[in-house]
Amino acid sequence: MASMRDIKRRRGSIQSTQQITKAMKLVSTVKLQRAKQNAEKSDNYFRCMYSTVQSILSRTKNLNHRFLGSGGDAAKTGKKAVIVITSNRGLAGGYNSNVIKLVTQGELSGQDLSIYAIGKKGRDALQKNCEIKADYSDMIEEPVYVDAMRVCKDVLDAFARGEVSEIYLAYTAFKNTVVHIPTILKLLPVELSAQPSGMADEAGSGTAEQTGEDRALMNFEPEDEEALNLIIPKYITSLIYGAMVESVASENGARMQAMDSATSNAEEMISNLTLLYNRARQGSITQELTEIIAGANAIS
Amino acid sequence: MADNNLFSLRIITPDRVFYKGEVSMVEFNTIEGEIGVLKKHVPTTVIISPGILTITEAEGTREAALHAGFAEILQDEVVILAEIIEWPAEIDTERAQRARARAEERLRSKTPETDILRAETALQRALARISVMK
Repeated sequence: MASMRDIKRRRGSIQSTQQITKAMKLVSTVKLQRAKQNAEKSDNYFRCMYSTVQSILSRTKNLNHRFLGSGGDAAKTGKKAVIVITSNRGLAGGYNSNVIKLVTQGELSGQDLSIYAIGKKGRDALQKNCEIKADYSDMIEEPVYVDAMRVCKDVLDAFARGEVSEIYLAYTAFKNTVVHIPTILKLLPVELSAQPSGMADEAGSGTAEQTGEDRALMNFEPEDEEALNLIIPKYITSLIYGAMVESVASENGARMQAMDSATSNAEEMISNLTLLYNRARQGSITQELTEIIAGANAIS
Repeated sequence: MADNNLFSLRIITPDRVFYKGEVSMVEFNTIEGEIGVLKKHVPTTVIISPGILTITEAEGTREAALHAGFAEILQDEVVILAEIIEWPAEIDTERAQRARARAEERLRSKTPETDILRAETALQRALARISVMK
């Protein structure tokens, strides 16, 4: 049996770990509340953005535009850009590794990828296999719309130069506090049928039906193609921003869960160790007593 | 029948719902020129350029500085997806004045490296902010 002192030391160290995990859980709970509010507030914008873009695209199906998926053979040979949104810090359960797994082992695996990393964890993990084009890790701390505009501009520039033929976005969709779904979304070329999960599916059906009649008559000022040139970047920016906001919420949710289970695991270990400690203490008292009695017997 | 002239206007930014209500007219700048929208407008999608947004409500008018985004105009509803928009109270006048001076300076001392388009948009933005304050 381990000595009393060892058990005591072990228990002490677990106790302080538990204090840390408990504090981290509280912190991420608070952060989650804020991130969730942000995600909800921006949700409105994406729904409208999504339904508008869908309505425009449904009218311009036959248009041959560089942003639309009518490229053909060039699309298959080129590089694929992936914007990977992870966190800067670990200790969030499977949050980071799930996104990374999706990129390295999903449908994109084995292809020539250039990574636009938002979040240090994703950058570090993908460094070995892929080319890291750019690193925007600071943004994820406090996502603002201007950041998303910068990322969007960079990827669109690369797209315009022909360096990449497709743009994907890997992030963690925030369904609710306990459900977070790592997702890959194709940004460019824009596909009409592609429903970005979570963000906008309800919006598509809701508003589209209401205004179905108006849509058929929709005019554009300027003309369709020019309007697309201007709207698509805004659309992509809003998707990137939405993904960042949702990822932050997911990160904190994942961390909260991870820290919650760490705290309860520590609780369990502490109670086991306390039991062991008490047993060892009782054992040593019994032993001492036996020794004293044996000594007294020997003298008399 | 004043009631019948009203249509619903929603102005949405990435961070918040900026405005939501029943209005009789809304005016703003598009890249094709100024536009005023009344009820039963032909369904149109327009791209916004920096300028003043004027909302005419039943009680009076309100103004805001609208800088970027696009608007979807339907017969009885207008949705403005604004990337940047501010109420006059939220504008930092001094900053806008400085931005204006900077942009003007940049346009005056043109060098090959100057990003004219960017300077011009900055100037437009600053002017919109300043004029909405007045």
